[in-house]
Amino acid sequence: MKALRKLLDNIKPHVQKGGKYEMFHSTFDAFETLLFVPNHTTKNGAHVRDAMDLKRTMAVVVLALMPAFFFGMYNVGYQHFLSLGQAASATFGEMMLEGLIKVLPIVIVSYMTGLGIEFIFAQIRKHEVNEGFLVSGFLIPLVLPVDIPLWMVVVATTFAVIIGKEVFGGTGMNIWNPALVARAFLFFAYPSKMSGDTIWISGLTEKAVDGFSGATPLAAAASGNISQFSMLDSFLGFIPGSIGETSTLAILIGAFILIYTGIGSWKIMFSTFAGGFLMAWVFNMVGANASMQVPALHHLCLGGFAFGAVFMATDPVSGARTETGKWIYGFLIGVFSILIRVFNPAYPEGVMLAILLMNTFAPLIDHFVVQSNINRRLKRATVKA
Amino acid sequence: MRSANLNLCIFAAKYLNRVLKMSEVINIKKGLDIRLQGKAENIIGHAELPELFAIKPTDFHGVTPKLMVREGDQVKAGSVLFFDKYRPEIKFVSPVSGTVSAIIRGERRKVLEVVVKRDDANAFVEFPTADPGSLSRQEVIGRLLEAGAWPLIRQRPYDVIANANDNPKAIFISAFESAPLAPDCDFVVNGQEKYLQAGIEVMKKLCNNVHVGINADAASKPYLALKGVQMHKFDGPHPAGNVGVQISKISPINKGETVWVTQPQDLIIMGRLFLDGVYDSTKNILLAGSEVVKPAYYRTRIGACITPLVASNVKEGTIRYISGNVLTGKQITADGYLGYYHNQITVIPEGDYFEFMGWAAPGLGKYSVSRSFFSWLCSKTNYRMDANLHGGHRAIVVSGQYDKVLPMDILPEYLIKAIMAEDIDKMEQLGIYEVVEEDLALCEFVCTSKINIQEIVRNGINLMMKEMN
Repeated sequence: MKALRKLLDNIKPHVQKGGKYEMFHSTFDAFETLLFVPNHTTKNGAHVRDAMDLKRTMAVVVLALMPAFFFGMYNVGYQHFLSLGQAASATFGEMMLEGLIKVLPIVIVSYMTGLGIEFIFAQIRKHEVNEGFLVSGFLIPLVLPVDIPLWMVVVATTFAVIIGKEVFGGTGMNIWNPALVARAFLFFAYPSKMSGDTIWISGLTEKAVDGFSGATPLAAAASGNISQFSMLDSFLGFIPGSIGETSTLAILIGAFILIYTGIGSWKIMFSTFAGGFLMAWVFNMVGANASMQVPALHHLCLGGFAFGAVFMATDPVSGARTETGKWIYGFLIGVFSILIRVFNPAYPEGVMLAILLMNTFAPLIDHFVVQSNINRRLKRATVKA
Repeated sequence: MRSANLNLCIFAAKYLNRVLKMSEVINIKKGLDIRLQGKAENIIGHAELPELFAIKPTDFHGVTPKLMVREGDQVKAGSVLFFDKYRPEIKFVSPVSGTVSAIIRGERRKVLEVVVKRDDANAFVEFPTADPGSLSRQEVIGRLLEAGAWPLIRQRPYDVIANANDNPKAIFISAFESAPLAPDCDFVVNGQEKYLQAGIEVMKKLCNNVHVGINADAASKPYLALKGVQMHKFDGPHPAGNVGVQISKISPINKGETVWVTQPQDLIIMGRLFLDGVYDSTKNILLAGSEVVKPAYYRTRIGACITPLVASNVKEGTIRYISGNVLTGKQITADGYLGYYHNQITVIPEGDYFEFMGWAAPGLGKYSVSRSFFSWLCSKTNYRMDANLHGGHRAIVVSGQYDKVLPMDILPEYLIKAIMAEDIDKMEQLGIYEVVEEDLALCEFVCTSKINIQEIVRNGINLMMKEMN
């Protein structure tokens, strides 16, 4: 460790302002602060500070994503062998290996592309490299179908980081959740690769056994075939879908980590689930078409609902920032997710669009909350004066 | 049997009386008590008065000092050292008798410290004595100004020295401190009750509406005995002891209103001025912190040099000396001076080290409000916290952090953003009049993005003052 520190101290003068390799300053800084928490001390004001920083925050979110990630890899393998009719004979190791081979390249490509762009922007702006992409880069693979071509991951990540984030000024300034921007970009630019029945399972070819469709439960629900996916399978995640979104259980473990550490907003998670449940329940009452008849609880375990509620809606930058606003924001995400799911014939999943929509409206919600605080203050003044 | 009944009756009556008198406890829910090592017992350590004392014009917001003394001048305790150029009636006096030994200047010859070397004469400028109750308001103000005790009274909004021409809506005194390692306010006024009451009499002349905030968990004996004040009981974590928080619960400051605030030991100094006719700024200060060998209270005066207190009383290593508490104090050197309004010196490790992969380590010994370090496993420990920033400055990312530690009806993040944007109207609408730096100190402490919130708040207040004048 001391040798490493010494090495960094030796390189440092060369990459600082006026040094020969000044252009690598941000890059150097990023690696230096990754290896060592800097020796910066407070000047005045609060002399002691909470040990928490953005790196730790992001690291905890990535940790919370791990259960969904590992289950996702397993499920990729499981679905693959299921489609071949070999689910019973394939071992756990084989399934994990299949998942690893399919998923890892997507993760690596997403990180390399995104971080590369982040480093370049940080250098141009002469800023420190922000940690935001540590999470975005991990979220992007988890919301993609497993058969996505890698070049699409590159294009989508590039679009998301530049248009979704850097044009607004980087981490902390963006309007929409970058990972969802990536997904929405792919969905609208390459719809044939982002929907349909064949993309959700790796290597789904003619080799699939008879009667295996590869359709996601949501597509099945729309055509009235939800009964082929049991509630338990949907909750545990043994269903086709995007890589990380299938297991509600794994996601809830992540939610527990986020809430327990105090990093994710339980208000948003809770109100999103509440909004979704309520809307689905209302539709149950109406029951006019097949997807309206999907039981409310089952709805919450399908598609990206849980993943979106726990990991996407809670993004503090693009979500509502006031405490009251969080209730409203989450609730409406839940409502709109189910609404879009049930009424949109083109696309059976609504969570992505619901979150992006509410990202757009989050500042408006906050505006009203702030305004009510202001009004309270004004009212107090006039009463007393 | 009979007498037992009688005793019971008396007890019940007393209890009832107490309950009725202060029926309401104001519960503060939001906030945070940071548990630090180096807490002091209630003992007064023995220490001679130091050689050197200094009054620092930088302790007062918005004061431009105009010097009345030169190096080498003889002064007594109560002799004017300098006054405010723009409010010449506000004078700043020497805490001890002796010689002006140095006038320390900074950039552009800004006066930083007026240092007085104490002599053994211990002479005081003599002021007339009087029962404050028998004087008129103007006479009281005149005497406070004359003796240099006026700066002990500050006003909200802005946290500047009160304007003698104002008629404040009320005067607030917080009779307890809740900041980390803060002194015990019951203990520090012990034996000075006479002067404390006299100080209250002075306040009552200035404004009939005097509020005292006490801690529900403390005995508060010296304060409960005070006459002519409105008592309020507070319960909850820091910043419950901040007078700004207490004001916001009792009678929040609206646009155009002014309130005055002062501290218990400052009341005693004012009381002495009227009862004994001297400016005797003697007070009990606390020396605490993880790096102090024997944390204790010391009897000294405003502006005392800390060297004799810390000289052989701190541990090895790079050390930070803070005049005040760890959340709001000012960094000073080992031969620095106690700040004008400060009642404690805190000594903590500097923390200027690199930490290998610190953001990924389990962090058993690290304090965080979040449970993202495993220190929550041992929740009862007191922490040895240093002045390391624990990260780099970032844009605000995490939301709702500040709200959890500010028990006021204020949206701190929006207020801070309004200040950063220099949007005067928004600042006013979002409550800039109700806060000063110390109220948002905990927001700064918890901030993941390491934003210097207190500095921003001060900039906002300064901008506001400029705009209003």
